[in-house]
Amino acid sequence: MLQLEGLKVDLGAFVLRADLSVAPGTRAAVVGPSGAGKSTLLSVVAGFLAPAEGRVLWDGRDLSGQEPGKRPLSIVFQDNNLFPHLSVADNVGLGLSPSLRLSKDDRARVAQSLERVGLHGMERRRPAELSGGQLSRVALARVLLRSRPLMLLDEPFAALGPAMRGEMLELVQDVAAETGATVLMVTHDPRDARRLGGQTILVAEGVARPPVATEALFADPPAVLRDYLGPD
Amino acid sequence: MAGRIGPVARVAGGAAAVLVAALTLGTLVAVAMRAEDAPQLGPADFAAIRFTMLQATLSALFSVALAIPVARALARRSFPGRGLLVTLLGAPFILPVIVAVLGLLAVFGRNGLISQGLMLLGFEPVHIYGLHGVVLAHVFFNLPLATRLILQGWLAIPAERFRLAASLGLSPRDVARTLEWPMLRAVLPGAALVIFLICTTSFAVALALGGGPRGTTVELAIYQAFRFEFDLGSAALLSLIQFAICATAALAVWWVDLPAGFGGGLGRVTERWAISGPGLRALDALAIGLAALFLLTPLAMIVAEGIPRLADLPASVISATGRSFAVALSAAVLTIVLALSLATLALGTRGWKTGAVEALAVLSIAVSPLVIGTGLFLVIYPFADPISLALPITALVNALMSLPFAYRALAPALAEAETVHGRLADSLGMRGWARLKHLILPRLMRPLGFAAGLAAALSMGDLGVIALFANPEQATLPMEMYGLMASFRMEQASSAALLLLVCSMGLFWVFDRGGRVRAAT
Repeated sequence: MLQLEGLKVDLGAFVLRADLSVAPGTRAAVVGPSGAGKSTLLSVVAGFLAPAEGRVLWDGRDLSGQEPGKRPLSIVFQDNNLFPHLSVADNVGLGLSPSLRLSKDDRARVAQSLERVGLHGMERRRPAELSGGQLSRVALARVLLRSRPLMLLDEPFAALGPAMRGEMLELVQDVAAETGATVLMVTHDPRDARRLGGQTILVAEGVARPPVATEALFADPPAVLRDYLGPD
Repeated sequence: MAGRIGPVARVAGGAAAVLVAALTLGTLVAVAMRAEDAPQLGPADFAAIRFTMLQATLSALFSVALAIPVARALARRSFPGRGLLVTLLGAPFILPVIVAVLGLLAVFGRNGLISQGLMLLGFEPVHIYGLHGVVLAHVFFNLPLATRLILQGWLAIPAERFRLAASLGLSPRDVARTLEWPMLRAVLPGAALVIFLICTTSFAVALALGGGPRGTTVELAIYQAFRFEFDLGSAALLSLIQFAICATAALAVWWVDLPAGFGGGLGRVTERWAISGPGLRALDALAIGLAALFLLTPLAMIVAEGIPRLADLPASVISATGRSFAVALSAAVLTIVLALSLATLALGTRGWKTGAVEALAVLSIAVSPLVIGTGLFLVIYPFADPISLALPITALVNALMSLPFAYRALAPALAEAETVHGRLADSLGMRGWARLKHLILPRLMRPLGFAAGLAAALSMGDLGVIALFANPEQATLPMEMYGLMASFRMEQASSAALLLLVCSMGLFWVFDRGGRVRAAT
């Protein structure tokens, strides 16, 4: 279980507070107006930003001071998820060994995970030779291999078309199901939140609210969410 | 994340900072302590100071003044070979000084092309040794630099301004007054000061072309006090004076906001109007033609005179070449290690500490190699024989002199790699050696190749601190070549010069090219 306990993030001009917990296996969308602090929230959980107050706990264990790479999570950014100078296989292999010392067995697992995300035989390609959707698939193949219990997605498919986004969301759900991971996904689009199913964390007015069931939230949105969604 | 670097990187950065500080500031302290019991400055020392200032001033003025018409012509004329010529203007930076001197002698010397022509016509041959020879060589090296700096200023004037001027019917004279003169007023002082600074530390040119007591720079006087009189007190005192001159000039350069000299983007030509008159065209053609002739003829002479005897170079030249390669490659590796360590440290610190690391990385611009050499000798002398360490010391000092350029090439690229890919590397737990190998080095291939090439080429052609320390058995190729010149074995010297030219340019080309090819994948 992920717990944000009395969290306060101070970025000078803007302060974000959060006091919430996310049950294991939850798929939570993180929605809210731009600039409200959705990405900031993920940065704190991932360990890129230190909170001014409060703690981030995983299964009751305090993650404060732990390096991003050591935390029990994988993160997919909006872009720059792959190193352009490394092959697809090496980019995925980094998920098994950060120093890329890969055994024959490891290489086989890399190939397997690539096959799983629909990129069979693309091990030797460079990121520059792939399409936007394929880049996302490589990043998800790595998430699959790392098999960490928490999956953070920071608007990873914002640059893709609607149909492709749908495919990617399905893949995210498959990966999450296979690894049993809890998912936190930042998105701009309420349709993505609904497609993800599960729950939604609303970030607005300097506060990240506890997750509630997505369908219920959109059925009867609070004023701040109504303003954000606009007239239908 | 910036602000968080591993313990190994911190130690490496700290060690690099301490080493650079010890070599620059530490040697200065050693020199200052020794200078206390030095005799008073003699008339010869004052003459050296006067000569240093005079030749540096003249060199800066002539270089800048002659560069203005060349830069103006390059800025407004497009012609076949323009790109090649602009690239060649960058070449003197890595051209071994002693090679250029021999080339200039082949053109302007007593038996040079010009003297032979004059004698055919019944005139006296020209004399190159002395003030005018030193200034001539400095203009040869710095005219291209000045041209590049001023050309940058010209190309920074927005094309729309020239279009507006044309629409208002401004004549070339009016354009010069309203657009070009204000730009020159901003660019020229910086360019002149940079060249002044470079010329104040002139050693090899003064050594080869300065004539006797009235043609001695401070740097050369240090060498003479050290080498011929073994008067360490005087050498130390002169070193302090040299440092004062350099530091003052460097502060002035800092203050006038130096234009960036190694930037690219000199490939385009601003479209201009009302410049197609035959007079202006002839003027521009003349400027470019004369500049190309002045810069290329000495190099062509090196090639022409060097080739015939290249096959039977003495064995001493061959073994000197081997030593030079060892020194150059060591200096290149050391430069890269120092620059990367300092750049990483600068990225991991904040506030005044970052400023201090950056200042340390470029500090050696203000310190002359012979001052460092004198200081090192004073420090090492009580414990070991500095002569036996001549080659390692040369590599070390060479690396230090290349450090500012390597740092300026690497630090921005490192910062960019960390900004764009640092978070991903953090999230995957890539640290230490794994991060260096799989993120930093691959992303930095291009500037790494450039910096290593620059350091290797500069070290290969350096005739400075090695002259202070080495005995003939340890001579590097530039020193061996100077020895051949000094004993008037000019044909062998020409062949050695050609070999040195090929080695220096080749080293730069191989590294720079290697970096580009690897970066492309």
